[in-house]
Amino acid sequence: MDLDLSRFSQSFFEEAAENAATIESSLLELERSGGDRECLHRIFRAAHSIKGGSGTFGLDALQHFTHAMESLLDRLREGTMATTPELVGLLFRACDGLRRLLQAATAGDLSDAGTAPLLRELLATAAPIEIEPPAAVPDSGELSRPLERRRRVYDIRFVPDQGIFQRGLDPVLLLRDLAALGAMQKCEVQLRGLPPLAEVDPEVCYIGWQLELSTESDESAVRDIFSFVEDTSQIEVSERPTAGSAAVAAPSDAARGGASGLAHATSSAAATAEQLAAPTAGLPAAAPATSGTGGRVPPTKAAAATLRVSVEKLDELVNLVGELVIAQSVISHALEEGTNADALARMREAVAEMERHTRELQERVLSVRMVPIGTVFNRFQRLVRDLGQQCGKRITLHIAGEETEMDKGIVEQIADPLTHLIRNAIDHGLETPSDRLATSKHEVGTLRLTASHQGGSVVIEVADDGRGIDWQRVRDKGVARGLLQPGASVTEEQLRELLFAPGFSTAAAVTDISGRGVGMDVVRRNVDALSGTLTMTSELGKGTRVRIKLPLTLAIVDGLTLRVGSRVFVLPLLAVVESFRPSREQLKTVLGSGEVVRVRSEPIPLARLYALLGLVPDQVDPCKALVVVVEAGSSKLGLLVDEIVSQGQVVVKSLETHYRKVDGIMGATILGDGQVGLILDIEALARRSAVDSLERSGAPLGPQALGRGSDIWQGVTHDGA
Amino acid sequence: MSKTVLVVDDSASMRMMIGHTLAQAGFTVLEGGNGQEGLDRLTGKKVDLIITDLNMPVMDGIQFISGVRAKREYKFTPVLMLTTESQGEKKQAAKAAGATGWLTKPFNPEQMLAVIAKVLP
Repeated sequence: MDLDLSRFSQSFFEEAAENAATIESSLLELERSGGDRECLHRIFRAAHSIKGGSGTFGLDALQHFTHAMESLLDRLREGTMATTPELVGLLFRACDGLRRLLQAATAGDLSDAGTAPLLRELLATAAPIEIEPPAAVPDSGELSRPLERRRRVYDIRFVPDQGIFQRGLDPVLLLRDLAALGAMQKCEVQLRGLPPLAEVDPEVCYIGWQLELSTESDESAVRDIFSFVEDTSQIEVSERPTAGSAAVAAPSDAARGGASGLAHATSSAAATAEQLAAPTAGLPAAAPATSGTGGRVPPTKAAAATLRVSVEKLDELVNLVGELVIAQSVISHALEEGTNADALARMREAVAEMERHTRELQERVLSVRMVPIGTVFNRFQRLVRDLGQQCGKRITLHIAGEETEMDKGIVEQIADPLTHLIRNAIDHGLETPSDRLATSKHEVGTLRLTASHQGGSVVIEVADDGRGIDWQRVRDKGVARGLLQPGASVTEEQLRELLFAPGFSTAAAVTDISGRGVGMDVVRRNVDALSGTLTMTSELGKGTRVRIKLPLTLAIVDGLTLRVGSRVFVLPLLAVVESFRPSREQLKTVLGSGEVVRVRSEPIPLARLYALLGLVPDQVDPCKALVVVVEAGSSKLGLLVDEIVSQGQVVVKSLETHYRKVDGIMGATILGDGQVGLILDIEALARRSAVDSLERSGAPLGPQALGRGSDIWQGVTHDGA
Repeated sequence: MSKTVLVVDDSASMRMMIGHTLAQAGFTVLEGGNGQEGLDRLTGKKVDLIITDLNMPVMDGIQFISGVRAKREYKFTPVLMLTTESQGEKKQAAKAAGATGWLTKPFNPEQMLAVIAKVLP
């Protein structure tokens, strides 16, 4: 049968990736628990499941590999081998190998992806005396079966157990299959067990058969027919001796068994080693050789991103769409009837209905994209373990809130920045056990990774109890790099900003470890790109905490709509703190940092939005306009606008796809009246505003001098036209 | 009239693979993602064969098979379980619960159809 399985392979690969993740997380647990049996079972099941699927999809290399893993795991489960750290280490590496194989296979590469040495190690560890290659084809025995075609006669006695019907098996089917092997020369029913008619239970099998079968098949083929009942029924199969053949045929099996047994016994160490190498050497060659067996996955294109959705969620969506269709047909009907009061009333009702359903549909569709952040969090257990070992540090990773759901796109993109932060914490934040003991801390460092919903956003925190950041050294470094003027008064906030300056190596500034130079600026940029904010607090000797606040989704933004002159903008509500009309006393111009507006004695830099964007405003005087205070990273910024128009959800359209990326603008939206509103990128505006005020105060300008905003309008006008 | 097969497995790819093979071979296919869903599918309609995995969440294969046998209409319906060489104990438990036979994973479509032919009239 010719079958194209390729269309199922996508979901196989997804499942396999999940299983690989299960293996990894269970390995970590296994390591901690020191050989918990339930963990072993879980790992075994996951490896096993991959093996099953890979066999079906013709992924031989993957199948061999998981088979080897399984063999080793089996030994551990049985307890014939102890779960040593070395073995767990091997299993970790095997898990990596498994991922490599999966990656290769996903890309259509059916090779062993360089896992041959690992496979050899697994096999050698699992069974130092097992010298046969893993059974690639379960019935490979067929090849060694004698080729002779000889007609033999078997006497067969078959007495099924009484409950055979209740297991859904009809013994007559077995007779049918037997007859298909050759000629049924005799078929006698044995009724000895049959009770008197009154006592007969029609669901019980009382009878047996004595058969005589003439066939060219060998005994194993005959016995195979009975495979489902062999342990519950009486089955006797004996070959009737025919002249001259008995001596040859019957012992053939035993002879083969004996010969291979002898080979096992006499194989020297050298031979064993050679044969151990054999299976892996043979693998690449074996792969194309079996390509005729159906089930092979053809090379696939780059994997399309897919999302698994529960049937329940889909059903809800279908329901809602159904409701919308009903509402729409009511409207169409009412429209046909003209403009009488009754039709209008019905129309109004239907529109209200439609509104409600549309809102619900929007929520539901978005919820489809929501996945728990745990999928990302859990991979860090491994990272922390590996990095900790590398650096000679003992670390416990506490994870909380992994069930917090957010947009799949964000979850995927947050993994990188989080990895950076965790690396930083382990590399530079946490101390070695001896250092920790010296400062009377527990020798095992703690790293906390938490996620939680806060209002319409998700907050992720990475916190360590390490040495913290030495702000004095940050300051020195800043002066040395020419980013700060010696002797100038700097706030802690400004120092914090230094850490995010491109090329500012936190490692060199804060610790003596010559680090990888993990750039916090990259982390901040990544978070910015997700419309999130990042704040950092650190206390010397106590630890560092990085807080990332992200929107639930990027598709829709809760926004505040503002007007500056004739233009309308949207501010992500997430970042808005408050808005007010300032009094004359609140406004000041501070030397070195430009205009500020004082809110409850806190000075906040004031940015005139019209100036930043090159527009003509209604009001130039702040006391006649409005200030909207927004959070930008760890600092605040007051934006001067003419009017706040409304508040509500807007659908984000990418400006990039319609025009090009514009600094300071994260996207566009179509407002209720059909106007295009630009969604402001607060972080970028804050940076620009900072540069502007530095410019004015004569401080050196950063390398990332931003272009003026006026060219945006050409693009937008063009787009809107 | 085509024969109907109920396929119960928590792995969607496995269900798809088996379902597709069966559909190509002319069977009508019903699916369930675990034992409970499998039982929910058995509403008294004609089902000629049931194929079930053993390890499943919510309700595993053994409970499912017991549940099938407890329904009057499906008392004698052949049930094939999906097993592996390493699941000896489970296999015995499933047989005790009323499984007809088994399909050892991994298998290819041809092997599967051959085993199905063994238990269908």
